[in-house]
Amino acid sequence: MRAQHFTDQVVAIVLLLTAWWGISFLADNALIPSPAVVFNAVVIEWQQERLLPSLSITLQRVIISFLFAMLIGGIIGVLMGQFKLLNRLLDPILIILLNIPALVVIILLYIWFGLVEVAAVAAVIINKLPNVAVTLREGGRMFDHELNEMANIYRFSFYKKVVHLWWPQLFPYVMIATRGGLALIWKIVLVVELLGRSDGVGFQLHLAFQVFDVATILAYSFAFIAIVQLIEWFILQPLDSKASRWQKGNGNV
Amino acid sequence: MFNFNSQGLTLAGQDILSPIQLSFNPGETHCLLGPSGCGKSSLLNQVSGLIGRDDSARWESAKPQIGYLFQQPRLLPWRTVRQNLSLVEPDQASVISMLEQVKLPSIADHYPNELSLGMARRVALARCLLLKPDIILMDEPLTSLDLPTAKEMRVLIKRLVCDHPQRSMLYVTHDLDEALELGDVVSVLGGTPSHIIYSAPTDEVSRIELEALLRY
Repeated sequence: MRAQHFTDQVVAIVLLLTAWWGISFLADNALIPSPAVVFNAVVIEWQQERLLPSLSITLQRVIISFLFAMLIGGIIGVLMGQFKLLNRLLDPILIILLNIPALVVIILLYIWFGLVEVAAVAAVIINKLPNVAVTLREGGRMFDHELNEMANIYRFSFYKKVVHLWWPQLFPYVMIATRGGLALIWKIVLVVELLGRSDGVGFQLHLAFQVFDVATILAYSFAFIAIVQLIEWFILQPLDSKASRWQKGNGNV
Repeated sequence: MFNFNSQGLTLAGQDILSPIQLSFNPGETHCLLGPSGCGKSSLLNQVSGLIGRDDSARWESAKPQIGYLFQQPRLLPWRTVRQNLSLVEPDQASVISMLEQVKLPSIADHYPNELSLGMARRVALARCLLLKPDIILMDEPLTSLDLPTAKEMRVLIKRLVCDHPQRSMLYVTHDLDEALELGDVVSVLGGTPSHIIYSAPTDEVSRIELEALLRY
């Protein structure tokens, strides 16, 4: 089953590369480079020691923004799911934040605080936080009332409730927010870097854009997509698998 | 002995229970009968402190340690049986010993969804006993079990709870035979709002009167 899944993924990637190569061959234009040219651009950026430092800086920004957005948005979301009054108070603010364009937040923070790192990271956090809160609010609403009663009767400490009762119920929602979050955050980080930072993948894209170097633009994009995919394979999927072990049991002993 | 005084129970503006007094003597099993919807489970919830946490219900002396065997086992599905029990009693020797007492020595590392309802109820009973409660509340613990499993569970409850000299139990059931077999005292809840309309030691119970009250 797992081998079949892997084979399907490889087939899909081969098909995509073939279609891409076919289009670039027919277009015969530097603005639509072939996979080989893009791969060559990756090698050049690597050799000139621009690729890894840029990826590293962007990844740092992604991780910091992600952790803050998940932590603050998660706590706000769960509390909104649990307390109706808080939900009524914060819901309009959440809707406003959800509908403010990411670009507006980034520009405003750069204007107010200058082109500094804190403004860049804060802009990403503010853009992602409402999505996390909305997802985790659903998780907070779905807490099993009967298990809460059981935990009260059996005098679970607050720590036990968090670790053994609430966290496992929230986990699927955290994973949804995590996957959506990573995908969204790194895109916003690139915009933030493009507009106001002098390093990172976004800055490199900005330089490549000025000379219409599409191969380099795609090289950086695929390099970062590869990193996100590695996070999915080696961190998220194992976590998912571990947390859902109990669901695999089916039927009586 | 523990004395519980309820001033009644009102939920969502509706009077559910009239004032009720209950005495819990060590080693005594009190079986509570009554038609569906008469407030038996509400009374258990009030005794346990899950609802009506105000001046409407109080214990005369210190509040006892209460164990509650719910109708559904309410085990954490994402934790193994051992982990579920360890949340109440960290000592592993006690956990294994308790699993042996409920005749489930080999399922410690299974998840609840791998157990039958009967087994899950026995694990819930083990969890309840590991708490070492002064008073045990049981809400129709034999419901939905097939006859042999229900009989096995009844024997366990009798051996581990009813025959224990220190444990008091308030046992809610629909089944008159079950109540007469397990109970030292049998009461019937009825009326609107509900109150205890009949109460007698089992050996003084008039079965005819009880059946009439329960509209058999």
